[in-house]
Parts: sequence; C-alpha cells; structure tokens
Amino acid sequence: MSSLLFWIFALLMIGFGAAVIINRNPVASALSLVVSFLALAVLFVLLDAYFIGVIQVLVYAGAIMVLFLFIIMLLDLRPEKLRKINWVASAGGVAVAFVLAIEIFSIVGRLSIAKEPFPPLAKPASDDVQSIGLLLFGNYNLPFQIIGVVILVATIGVVMLSRRESR
Amino acid sequence: MITLGHYLVVSGILFTIGFAGVMVRRNIIIILMALELMLNAANLSLVAFSRFHVDPTGAPNYNAQIFVFFIITVAAAEVAVGLAIVVALFRLRQTTHVEDITTLKF
Repeated sequence: MSSLLFWIFALLMIGFGAAVIINRNPVASALSLVVSFLALAVLFVLLDAYFIGVIQVLVYAGAIMVLFLFIIMLLDLRPEKLRKINWVASAGGVAVAFVLAIEIFSIVGRLSIAKEPFPPLAKPASDDVQSIGLLLFGNYNLPFQIIGVVILVATIGVVMLSRRESR
Repeated sequence: MITLGHYLVVSGILFTIGFAGVMVRRNIIIILMALELMLNAANLSLVAFSRFHVDPTGAPNYNAQIFVFFIITVAAAEVAVGLAIVVALFRLRQTTHVEDITTLKF
C-alpha cells in the first residue's frame, strides 16, 4: 500500500517538477511547482516526518508560492516569446545535468545501505512535534536564534530593496 | 519494498531537473523556482536518512529534520530577497530575461 503511494507521488513530483522548467508561461510553472511541493509533502508523511510535511505545505505551498504568483502577476509577465534559442548553451546545460544524474545514480548504486529496507519505528510512534520542539529549543537554541536574525535581516533587506528611490 | 535507495534516486532526479532548469532557462523567476526544486531534493534525501537511522528507542533521527527546518527557513528568506531584487531589476530595465542584463559581462 505505502509502496504504491510512494510510486504515485514520486512520479507526480517528478512530472510536475519537469513541467516547471518546460512550461513557457510563468504562471503555469508556478502552479506546477505547487503540485510538485504537495506531492513532496506526501512523501515526507510516508517517511513518518509529519511535522516536516505540514511545514512543507504551510511554508512552501502556502507562503513561498503565493509570493511567486504575486510577483509574476505584479510584473505582468507574458508567456515568453520564442527567442532565438542558444542551442550550444542549452545542450551544454542538459549535458552537464545528465552527467550529474549519472554520477548521483552510480553513487547510490554503490551505497550498500541503499538496498536495505527502512527499520521499523516504535509503536506507538513518538510525538515528532514534541521531540523536534525539545531539540530546537534545547540543543539547537543558538542556531534557532541565528535563523531568527537571518529572517529579520531578510525582512529589512526586502524593505530596503523595494523602496522607491526618492533622490 | 521501498528502500532508502528509491528515495535517494527520486531525490537525485529532482535535483537534476532543478539543475537543468537553472542551466537552460533564461527567465530569472523560473531560475529561482528551479533553485527551490534543488533545495527540496536535498530536503527529501535528508528526511529519508532521518527515517533510516532509527535510534534504539525506535524514534527516527530528529537532527536531520531540524536541519530540514532550517533549510526551509533559509529558503523562504532567500526567495523573499531574490524576488525583491527581481522587482527592483524589472523597475530599472523592464525585463526578467538574463540575456538582457549584460552590464557586468566581460
């Protein structure tokens, strides 16, 4: 059952991920990205990472994608006109990506633990929100505060960047 | 039977799609979306390893999930700043096409 779900959602995620870079219309790309992220959230839930799955839906499929769509609508981007495609650059890009894929697959193929099934979890499953929260405010307290500063700096940077020049 | 390798291969394919998007596409917004795809591929393999390394009490390794949490946070900040730069650029040049922006090109 869960292996069937894995195949369905892995194929959905890869298919819509490919649609993101194939579509000429930016709005269609952004909506494909939402579907891809939702399928990825289902894969997280299949891996028993419920908290990460919820965060994925809230932050990526919610906040980040709304930001993308908002900017696309704000800039009023038309579907790209067919420009003269730079075939050398495109072929080079696809070739490099292909080599990267072969490299990843050969590494995974040589990894001996990659062929082992996932070990069973304790029943009843532990409360992952509680465990992550305890770790986050305990062991990872300093990184957590630093990430807060990163968000603050990003907010200030965005306000500064989008301010109209008044000189 | 789904093994760790299946998740790693799926994550590798997603990373390759994102990489190809960054290399081939010429629209800055699409390039940012492809960057998001690559970050998510890394998240998927981290969560797969987290589920694979079960500790003696039967709980997955939550350190990897904390790492994913931080990656998602940094990605959100990165997208906000990136899109603000795109808007500022569009105001100045009326384009989001990377081949129209050649001021720093040697």
